[in-house]
Amino acid sequence: MIETTSQSDISLEALRNGDRAEFARLVDAYSAPIYRLGLRMLGNEQDAEDVLQNTFLSALTHLSNFEGRSSVLTWLYRIAVNEALMVMRRGKPEVNIDDTDSSDETDDLSPSQFVDWGSLPEDVLLSAEGKQALDNAIQNLPDNLRMVFLLRDIQELSIKDTAETLGLSESNVKIRLLRARLSLREQLSSYYGERINQEKTND
Amino acid sequence: MTESTHSNCKSLLGTLSDYVDGELSADLCREIEKHIAECEDCRIVVDTTRKTVDLVHASNDPQAGLPDDVRDRLFKRLNLADYLKPVPK
Repeated sequence: MIETTSQSDISLEALRNGDRAEFARLVDAYSAPIYRLGLRMLGNEQDAEDVLQNTFLSALTHLSNFEGRSSVLTWLYRIAVNEALMVMRRGKPEVNIDDTDSSDETDDLSPSQFVDWGSLPEDVLLSAEGKQALDNAIQNLPDNLRMVFLLRDIQELSIKDTAETLGLSESNVKIRLLRARLSLREQLSSYYGERINQEKTND
Repeated sequence: MTESTHSNCKSLLGTLSDYVDGELSADLCREIEKHIAECEDCRIVVDTTRKTVDLVHASNDPQAGLPDDVRDRLFKRLNLADYLKPVPK
């Protein structure tokens, strides 16, 4: 039988006792989601790899401080998010995800696009071009919305774990998630609206 | 979506995320469904928001593995090269 490693198999006690085989199992269990998060946050493979390596180096150094109150994955994500933020700040020192600014208000959420693209066939929506449009829309999100969106909708963390990872309140996570989703919807509506118009012109 | 005739539209927006995640109470769901049966703009916003979230999930592969060369370098950096057996599939 082929062995697979899941979160519940990892022994925290063995990790704290310096069991290297157990640490290798931890790395194999979590390196893929950490790498994907880095890729999505930073948009390039080299930075994502740096974040991945620094996350596990930091985890190794700080294992004794991990009290097990959150899950191992949430703890690793928290380290990874901080590592990624450091990389992001190299280019843009103003990046700040925990500030409470206008992104936490609900006043200006009103949709402006009412294109009914939801019924387009799946092979259009999930084509390479469709996926690219979605990726572009995600990259266009402001950093503080994108971080929440990536953890919740891409990494599929709960609202609670997303809040814990980013040091935000659950209500802030919810409103930022809503803003992120509405922004993606607007962007995809513009994109598919143009396509639908083009097809009409071609008919 | 003019405010004079559609005062519900704005309050609907605040609950939209919970609604598409299936986390809204049955009462509020019924309210939304009743409203979108009468308000075409809101029906479109709800449908396309749901579709957006579905697309994100559909285009996401949570099982995607780590590239082998990235894994090799990671294990070496962590002084775990002794444990570099093939990835369990």
